[in-house]
Formats: sequence, C-alpha cells, structure tokens
Amino acid sequence: MSGVRVLVGTRKGAFVLTSDAKRHRWDVSGPHFGGWEIYHLKASPADPNRLYASQSSGWFGQVIQRSSDGGKTWEPVGNKFVYDGVTGTHLWYDGTPHPWEFARVWHLEPSLTDPDTVYAGVEDAALFRSSDGGQTWQELPGLRGHASASFWQPGAGGMCLHTILLDPSHPERIFVAISAAGVFRSDDAGKTWRPINRGLQSEGIPDPKAEVGHCVHRIAMHPSRPGVLFMQKHWDVMRSGDAGESWQEVSGNLPTDFGFPIDVHAHEPDTIYVVPIKSDSEHYPPEGKLRVYRSRTGGHEWEALTKGLPQRDCYVNVLRDAMAVDSLDPCGVYFGTTGGQVYASADAGDSWAPIVRDLPSVVSVEVHTLP
Amino acid sequence: MIRVVLPAHLRTLARVEGEVKLDVEGQATQRSVLDALEARYPMLRGTIRDHVTHQRRAFVRFFACEQDLSHEPSDGPLPDAVASGAEPFLVVGAMAGG
Repeated sequence: MSGVRVLVGTRKGAFVLTSDAKRHRWDVSGPHFGGWEIYHLKASPADPNRLYASQSSGWFGQVIQRSSDGGKTWEPVGNKFVYDGVTGTHLWYDGTPHPWEFARVWHLEPSLTDPDTVYAGVEDAALFRSSDGGQTWQELPGLRGHASASFWQPGAGGMCLHTILLDPSHPERIFVAISAAGVFRSDDAGKTWRPINRGLQSEGIPDPKAEVGHCVHRIAMHPSRPGVLFMQKHWDVMRSGDAGESWQEVSGNLPTDFGFPIDVHAHEPDTIYVVPIKSDSEHYPPEGKLRVYRSRTGGHEWEALTKGLPQRDCYVNVLRDAMAVDSLDPCGVYFGTTGGQVYASADAGDSWAPIVRDLPSVVSVEVHTLP
Repeated sequence: MIRVVLPAHLRTLARVEGEVKLDVEGQATQRSVLDALEARYPMLRGTIRDHVTHQRRAFVRFFACEQDLSHEPSDGPLPDAVASGAEPFLVVGAMAGG
C-alpha cells in the first residue's frame, strides 16, 4: 500500500513522519541525532530506502549520516569537505575580501538515477559531489571558480548554496541557488557555470539589475517541464520559461512578495505554492495569519489557503527548505515552521492539519512517496 | 593505556559508553592520542580537530589533571598520570547556550 514519509530537519534533531496514502494518521519517529542541527534530509529517487542527512553543530562541525532502511538506522559517512585548489576570497558583509571557510552542508540532493551519487550545497557557497554513497566528497570547482565568485557576499543566514535542482530531461544540467549571489546553471554536469539572473531586480544591491548579487531564497521546477523555473527571491516571486535565461515577476496579488519557500504541485506544473512573510526583518506572517498562497496559473493570480491554519496571533516563519509535496493523488503539500509545527494538506492545499505541533524549530521538510 | 572521556554527543556518534581506552604507540601527546582515537573511531574525524590542519575546533577543549591543556603544543607530552592511565584525557565541549 502506498504512503508517504516526511523527513523533517530541525534545530535539535531529525524526525521521520510516516502515513499511509490517506495521510490522516501519522507515526512519528525521532528525534534522530538529538541536539544536533539537521539542516536537511533527503531520500534517493532511485532507492526509497536510501536517505542522506546533514547533521551539524557549532561545537563538533559537520557529520553526514546515511540510512539504507528508510531512516530506521543510520551510519555516519564522510564529512571531509575541502575546497579544491586555492581557497580564494569572497566579499564579507563589510565589503572586504574574506577567505572561503566551510561551515556546514545546507542541502543534500541525491542523484535522480544512482543512490550512491549525491550533491551537497554548502556554506561558504560551493557544490560538492559524492559518488560513493557519501564516503568521500569532491568539490565541483567550476562554480566557485566563476569570475564573479570573488564578489559574492553572504546573506543574513550566511553565504549558503541552498538549492540544487537536477534536470531530469538533461542529465548534464544542474541549477543551483546561492544567497546572496543568485542562480547559476551548468550544462556540462557541473564543470562550468554561468549566472542566470537576467530579469531579477534587487533594490538592496548597488546595481539592482546586476548579473550576480541577488538574494534568491529558493527555486523550484516541475520534473515534467524542467525548462520552467519558479523563484522566491528576497523580494519578488519570479518565473522563467527558458531555463533561467530570463525571469519575469509573477508576484501579482500576494499580500507581500517576500518569503522563503516555493514549490510546485506534483501533477499540475502551473500550480505553485508560497508562504508570504512580512519583512523587512520581521519575518513572520502578515497580520498574524499563517496563509499558504496558491497560484494555478504559474503566478500573477494567487489565492489564500487558510483552512486549518492559524488565522490569529501566529508569528512563526517558514524557512526556504521547509516545504515539499508528495506525488499521490490528490497531491499532498507539507511545510514546517520555526515554531515546530509541521502542517500537511492531503488535498493540494485546500485544507490543512498539523501532523505535529511541538517539534524544535523546523529547518527543512522533504517528502518521499512510498510505493 | 590511555583513558579518554568524550562529550556526550561524540559518545553517541561513536557509539561508545563511558570512557574510551586506547593503546597509543610512542609518547602520549595530544596528537598521538587523537590519532589513535580517530583511527579507532573514524566517524570522529573532523569533529574534534580539523581534517587537514588538525587545529582544535574552537568550542572544544582538552582537560586533564584539573588543567586546561587546550593551548599546549599538540606534540608536547601529556602529564604522566594521563600517560599511565591513572587520569583520563578529557575532550570537552565548551559550555554555551543553544
């Protein structure tokens, strides 16, 4: 019988939430790696039982955990992330050169076809790859070797490579997003990269239309239409119809176009979800109402989804990696909050219910649909 | 035989309970003890000191015999009481909130 496995990374451990296809009753396991920050966990699309987790701590650094039984047991694998060649510098917050320093893995993206191949997006921004199940890691140095890299600057959360999208139609094509540099694309499996930020406009940088320097919070694609990308930027929700060559704003009637996550319905490539957040710096829902907004038209026209979500006195945030969809029918949508709630909708966002209410602050949510 | 006490999170990571007992070849120094520790428990590599430079992580301290040895040379001899196993070598996570 099919079901779903929701992988939740929090500030103090990982949790695995499991349900059958009805998605009404949930089993909660965890905390795994209690006391450690779990920035991200993700399952291999090629093997539903192969999971990878990024475990980190300000005291003890980075650990990568791997499971081969769907999260029941874990084993630590390689954690040696060494930048390739001369380390070089990027710009610090004050605009002075600052040497690249590895801090943590923000995002793990398993290969679409090989359970032993996985990509890691790290802070300070770089892309690593393992082809031996996480035992050893090699940087793909072409990204950080791009001519613009010495001008990249950190966002408030650090200079992180937080999004990795693998194009199912073009196996050599990879998209990554970096705060605050922007989106980059490789068409040769990560050897060379170019920024794809034309059309972005960011008032917080000296040249609002610069080639790099944009604080992109998240990008998403539908696997059936990988040339169409959606973006939640620091401000503005954007769409590209040409694999990132150009971007157009689709914020439309959103109450605020600031936010962190963005995701796409599993069966409707033009149905997308965001969680508008009030900013500057407040970073909580406008009016204390937690609302997911859905567009069925690829942007511009948005509807508030509120049924089952708190509509008063709610001041949590939803971080960039904390929203995911399953591939059941109807599509399930999930998100976690900094207040420790994980909400699920089994009807594409029409109604919501919490799976859990009192976890540590949620950093990431991923969903794996079980056969 | 050298006795090493790990902080709770690293005991969990290495799947050990209580003290770790290590046979260290040659002189007992911070480096030789950590080399032996990491050889026995490879998952601890990078969690106490940097993989490449072997520099101690900022929020990790080394105590023994009621002394903070964190800033002693890594190739300097550890106290006789540690070398003989009478006293443990403590790897300590700095006290801090979070």
